[in-house]
Amino acid sequence: MPDFITNYLDKNVHVTPGEYGSPFWALVYILVVFGGVSMAVVCMNWLERKILAHMQIRLGPMRVGPHGLLQPIADAIKLILKEDIIPEGADRFVFWIAPMIILLAVFSVYTVVPFGPTHAITDMNIGILFMLGVSSLGVLGIVMAGWASNSHYPLIGALRSSAQMVSYEVAMGLAVISAVLMTSLNAEGTGTLSMIGIVHAQYAQHVWFIFKFFPLGLIAFFIFAVAMVAETNRAPFDLPEAESELTAGFHTEYSGLRWSLFMLGEYAAMIAVSSIAITLWLGGWMRPFPNLLSGPTWDLAFSFFPALTFFGLAGMTFYSTMRMPRHSFFRVQTIGLGAFGAVFALIGLILLLPGVNGRIQDIYWFIFKIAVFMYLYIWYRGTFPRYRFDQLMKVGWKILLPMGIGVLMLTGIVALRTELWDFMHEALRRLVHV
Amino acid sequence: MEPVATTFFFYLLSGLAILSGVLVITRKNPVHSALALILTLLCLAGLYLMLYAPFVAGVQIILYVGGIMVLFLFVIMLVNLERSQKEKQFNQQWVPGILAAVALGALFVTIYIKGGALFVRPEIRFPEAENTQQVGQMLYSNYMFPFEIASLLLLVAIIGAVVMAKKKI
Repeated sequence: MPDFITNYLDKNVHVTPGEYGSPFWALVYILVVFGGVSMAVVCMNWLERKILAHMQIRLGPMRVGPHGLLQPIADAIKLILKEDIIPEGADRFVFWIAPMIILLAVFSVYTVVPFGPTHAITDMNIGILFMLGVSSLGVLGIVMAGWASNSHYPLIGALRSSAQMVSYEVAMGLAVISAVLMTSLNAEGTGTLSMIGIVHAQYAQHVWFIFKFFPLGLIAFFIFAVAMVAETNRAPFDLPEAESELTAGFHTEYSGLRWSLFMLGEYAAMIAVSSIAITLWLGGWMRPFPNLLSGPTWDLAFSFFPALTFFGLAGMTFYSTMRMPRHSFFRVQTIGLGAFGAVFALIGLILLLPGVNGRIQDIYWFIFKIAVFMYLYIWYRGTFPRYRFDQLMKVGWKILLPMGIGVLMLTGIVALRTELWDFMHEALRRLVHV
Repeated sequence: MEPVATTFFFYLLSGLAILSGVLVITRKNPVHSALALILTLLCLAGLYLMLYAPFVAGVQIILYVGGIMVLFLFVIMLVNLERSQKEKQFNQQWVPGILAAVALGALFVTIYIKGGALFVRPEIRFPEAENTQQVGQMLYSNYMFPFEIASLLLLVAIIGAVVMAKKKI
């Protein structure tokens, strides 16, 4: 094989392809990550409808494929085939480019998402800053989409949702800063903004930052978790598309494929912000208790988790296959569901192979945590009633922002408590002597 | 890692920046101008990256593109575009315009010719990997006073904005 492929596969290489400077492997990673995210969005589409339906004691999609499993594909075909309408008097260029900008902003964020110590496209010195900055470009896409539609509802909707995103970005940034501050509590006293560095800092300090300086880390995480839902325009902050009260927001005039680009962007943004939360507070790719339960025995025990997850999924699928109605109309669907379970079981078996097993540990735990966050998103949507716009602004500016500032200051004070104590002591001593 | 194709990216980014900078003043529609300005600012962020200043590039994107330009677009969208499109785009002051252009051009040419001797050739003192940390160290040690003054200025601006916006406090 050519050198540019084999170089990176050297056993001594412990950096991401971007840092190593291997364009080939960087491209492979980019394709894998983007393909994976798009697949995850498709799965989320089905899971959201299904889980939400079960929460509301409905069946959800049941017709296309067994248990509606082929519904996302049917939806995609429908969206592609639909007529692509550009309204009369719209600014065609801006109308055309707005969904692209949203997608571009969201997918660029994935360049620094660390799925493992070496499993990221690249690691930047400004990692978290880059993520926040690039994801804030999404607001531009929303404003442009609203304005270019040449219609009142999208314009008002765009103002509404961009005001929401801009306000919550502030609280989000403060929460992030308090986590970044925690990374600097080491011997050298220098922190890091790099996503991989932040996870390494948590490993070095033997604690996930959510539990650091309890309850300060927890409060910062809470602020981020609320702001993150508002940032991605999801329930209970989904004012941009409050379908039951308001006309859908900035994408009212969009249809067909372009509209589906907005949806793709929204779901991809959900995964992106969840991965920020996981990296900053929940230990990134690390398995639970990497320091406490260390050693080969525990490593072996935890290495069965990926395979067990897939076996569990396979078991659930097989159980549903058994419960399918025994009628000749359902024969194809039953066979299809059984085959789906078999695929899960096969993936589980592959994950048990020794060569594969060791390498996917980090990725598995990261994706597991993302999955938990995605479930939370759906759960919020099924549980919380929607906020009114003034309540939303009030929560953002009058509750989360002061809380963020308070947590940041307290974190700084607690982090520097010994230095602060010495300083006060010294100052008092001098005051007394003068 | 060593940077790849630096000349290509330099000319690409600066060419795009100049092109979109020209578009900012030639477009009649203010929204298009603002979008072109956003492209210029993004190109500048790219150029900062090439100067081994990733922190400045990140802050450029967050503040200018994500913050200031979004507010710009906000304001532009709310004003009446019909009237501004009917107005004359350029005033006819040829003489001052040409004089200013000639002066600026002369400055550029002088710097291009003599610049090598005038300025010390910068050497990269801090590797890219430590840029952010170094900026932080500098801001909170050597340049502490100017930094605090700047934040005080911003506070005054915020209070001023609130006072102007509220009729009764």
